[in-house]
Amino acid sequence: MGVIIQKSAFDVGDQINAFSQNHTKMGAIATFTGIVRDNDNETLKAMEIEHYPGMAEKAISEIVQTAMKRWSLGDALVIHRHGTLEPGEVIMMVATAAIHRKDAFEAAEFLMDYLKSRAPFWKKEITKEAVTWVPSKQNDEDALDRW
Amino acid sequence: MRVLYFAWLRERIGVPAEDIETSAETIEDLVLELSNRTPRYKAAFSDLSAVRCALDQNLVSFDTPLGDAREVAFFPPMTGG
Repeated sequence: MGVIIQKSAFDVGDQINAFSQNHTKMGAIATFTGIVRDNDNETLKAMEIEHYPGMAEKAISEIVQTAMKRWSLGDALVIHRHGTLEPGEVIMMVATAAIHRKDAFEAAEFLMDYLKSRAPFWKKEITKEAVTWVPSKQNDEDALDRW
Repeated sequence: MRVLYFAWLRERIGVPAEDIETSAETIEDLVLELSNRTPRYKAAFSDLSAVRCALDQNLVSFDTPLGDAREVAFFPPMTGG
């Protein structure tokens, strides 16, 4: 399994190719890519992502380990960026490898649900009008109940 | 012990981290102690329902004893992904 927290940009395609090549016995690779999304008025200038160094790696590793126990996975990868990102930039990606697609899809969704509200990252939106911390959503908290 | 603050708690308190001496038994007690320091701390901790805490990098509840922990962190609910 891989957990990478980094400031620099990464190429999603390269990551998926490298991850897939390591798992020739796996019939299914599921991936999710999170992108900085502009708001409806297209006024987002940047998103600042703060994280808790140390705890971010630890919390995500624990979430990945839980997924590896719960689903039949060959491997899992999480890459999450921090720092200042512009609309359209990749924030993070998740990849899961399994023999069959159900495990790969479900585990990827589980990882995303937990990363949303259990990985110590905080987002600050800088728009043309204001600078605001993105509030957590009750939906994201509720999403954990289904697991 | 080392105390860390993130996101708007860091901004409100004005420092990202500090080393403190405390005799507080639980995180709750430590919050009370910090709140009594200056109005900035008081404002930051005025609504604990908007604050989460971690002890040695594990998410815990406010009634957790500090024990031998070396690091406590305060932050808003996380927004990863």
